[in-house]
Amino acid sequence: MERDIVILKVKRQQRSETKPYWEEFHLKYRPYMNVITCLQEIQKNPRTFDGRRTTPVTWEQSCLEEVCGSCSMVINGRVRQACSALVDQLGAPITLEPMTKFPVLRDLVVNRKSIFENFKGVKAWVETDETSGPGPRISPELAEKRYQLSKCMSCGCCMDACPQVNDRSDFIGPAAINQVRLFNTHPIGAELKKDRLLALMGEGGIEDCGNAQNCVKVCPKGIPLVTSIIETNRELTVGLLHLLKK
Amino acid sequence: MKSGGKYIVVGGGLAGLMTTIRLAEAGCRVEIFSIVPCRRSHSVCAQGGINASVNTKGEGDSPQIHFEETIYGGDFLANQPMVKGMCEAAPEIVYMFDRWGVAFNRTADGQIDFRRFGGTKFHRTAYAGATTGQQLMYALDEQVRRFEAGGLVKRYEGWEFLSCVLDDTQTSRGIVAIDLVTLEIRAFRADAVILCTGGVGMIFGRSTNSTICTGSAAGAVFKQGVWYANGEFIQVHPTAIPGEDKNRLMSEAIRGEGGRVWTLKDGKPWYFLEEMYPKYGNLVPRDIASRAIFKVCRELKLGIDGKDLVYLDISHLDPKALDAKLGGVIEIYEKFVGEDPKKVPMRVFPSVHYTMGGIYVDDQQATNLPGIFAAGEADYQYHGANRLGANSLLSCIYGGELAAKRAIQYVQSLQHTASETNSKFFDQELRRQREANDRFLRSRGSGNPYLLWEEMAKWMTDHVTVVRENKKIKATDEKLLELTERLGRVSLDDISNWANQALMFTRELENMLVIARVIALGALARNESRGAHYKPEFPERNDKEWLKTTVAKWAPKGIELSFEKVDTSLITPRERKY
Repeated sequence: MERDIVILKVKRQQRSETKPYWEEFHLKYRPYMNVITCLQEIQKNPRTFDGRRTTPVTWEQSCLEEVCGSCSMVINGRVRQACSALVDQLGAPITLEPMTKFPVLRDLVVNRKSIFENFKGVKAWVETDETSGPGPRISPELAEKRYQLSKCMSCGCCMDACPQVNDRSDFIGPAAINQVRLFNTHPIGAELKKDRLLALMGEGGIEDCGNAQNCVKVCPKGIPLVTSIIETNRELTVGLLHLLKK
Repeated sequence: MKSGGKYIVVGGGLAGLMTTIRLAEAGCRVEIFSIVPCRRSHSVCAQGGINASVNTKGEGDSPQIHFEETIYGGDFLANQPMVKGMCEAAPEIVYMFDRWGVAFNRTADGQIDFRRFGGTKFHRTAYAGATTGQQLMYALDEQVRRFEAGGLVKRYEGWEFLSCVLDDTQTSRGIVAIDLVTLEIRAFRADAVILCTGGVGMIFGRSTNSTICTGSAAGAVFKQGVWYANGEFIQVHPTAIPGEDKNRLMSEAIRGEGGRVWTLKDGKPWYFLEEMYPKYGNLVPRDIASRAIFKVCRELKLGIDGKDLVYLDISHLDPKALDAKLGGVIEIYEKFVGEDPKKVPMRVFPSVHYTMGGIYVDDQQATNLPGIFAAGEADYQYHGANRLGANSLLSCIYGGELAAKRAIQYVQSLQHTASETNSKFFDQELRRQREANDRFLRSRGSGNPYLLWEEMAKWMTDHVTVVRENKKIKATDEKLLELTERLGRVSLDDISNWANQALMFTRELENMLVIARVIALGALARNESRGAHYKPEFPERNDKEWLKTTVAKWAPKGIELSFEKVDTSLITPRERKY
């Protein structure tokens, strides 16, 4: 696509409690631009398209190769990582908005602490007292399956796209449920299986999933989140039956 | 000391988290400070793997050979007993991650699989797809979360370290840090501070590093009197995708799995690494491969279409095996270039990648100032003049374990705790840091900090990377002085007191300029060629004069260099030839 100017519309917000507003920027097009290079360009000369001086846009970034999960934002209506959003592949104009399910701190920066709190809540770790020697043998198939689940970079896209994650619900969201599956499939990790499943019961738990399947569509790492939810739900049901029998 | 003491770890990457875990296991209270949530630290970018000579493939590998190859690969500049300790600890380190559930690739019978990497002929590198660093990071983050749930560890994520608090005996009694959203500046008392703040790639602008790798913390403590060693040794990785925002690493694992580097010569593919280095071929160490690519592109003008690019080719390999072993990197190339490397050869060029030099530490990770320790890429200890692939994750873990152990011993021997330290030292440092913020917020000059940074980065990349000439390094240092002066006359486009990124970037830039000078001055002084440091004017290694560690110290008049003997007690230095 031939173009000279990249038009960028950014939803801005000075502070958590102030009102958002839009600003438009026109940048000189260069090949291989992505959303990050656009924002970096604005830092060097923060002026709106009509020449008005403004502040540089505030956003989160770190690795810029889609492995850290920092630069999540809503780009042209879809939540994704800004670093891998190539200008050539985006329609014009480009709109940037903060994620919608997390409190805005400033401009495109939101507070995503809840993701990590959720991980803590489901005990997303392997607990072991062993202090030497290798872990249990694991088949290449299981290792490969677990690796796919373990690529989650806690970017929050799945939660942002999920209709069940909202102001009126405490739904824990797909990422944490995927962590439950990841650790329940490890031979030693499975020792905490019951704790993890219990954490997913009741309000805000796995039952709140409405099966919209948006999560799997937006996951930048292609993690089978819907399968993770289904599998974990099945485990929970089986586990419950088992408890009832006792 | 009676009450167990208080510890602060700065940096939430592999080294920082490992230090935290070992401290917490010993029952210590730890506060961990990280600019980003720990899980987003730069360690996640490490792709290829972690070295450990467990010899499961029966090739006759051993920690002793790993040690010898690391010393040789580092051109004999590393202190040998330290490296030996690391290589011996490596198998247990990999096992530890295995127990914690890291999804390492497996052999058919369920054991950890190992692949080849640069500078060795053995299958020594354990890996989890092509995102090994990410997988190890997550395992540590999860373990730290356990201790957090138990109350021993408190995280300060979204806080940036500004300085240490020193008392009148130059002993560290804590730190001053800033909340990156509220911009609240606070002092925190601690008996020991362990700096695990990573490398300095941002000094070169575009590198393979994350944008948080500014080396700002190292610059800050350097100005407080902490020494910095071997600054001139910066690794340039041979294969990265050049980009405007960053250069994206194409792991050495690609060549470890059979990838070949070539360019066209007389209309035919020329596999120049294989021709120049028949023994190691595409797996020569990084400094050597980078220089070869520079030679092909700059001297022989044989880059692709005359540009600074060569091919990295995996199109001849089995696509299914590639997905399992290199999926993560292939994905990066596809996403950012838009081509499938399984069909079309990748186009790559060398990029600044790793900081071999760093904060000066003794053989137990202690700096020259009491109460301050360092580990990970932030220290200088394990890689000499050139780091071998897949040794970085290892050195982070080993250094972190050692730092925790040493810090505990240190705190136990203290006569007075930080909680008893006169509060005037904290107040003084707080005032100094608040004033530094105000100075930049009030400054009404003409310069833009991001443009100054670009200028610094261009000079550093052009003159202080693969090929170094004294005249140009000298000019670079003069430019750095000029930029430092101009930094005093910047104008921030943002003067708000809430999540002001321009302010924090400018403060980091001030520290980057200091470490940039340390790098340039070290390079200027070292009139020889060794590992990653190459001067055409002095093309040979010169052990007689330069088998020495460069130690930079901050002095009232500027930066002073001194030189220290390298511990070569275990292996006699010999010529490095691949």
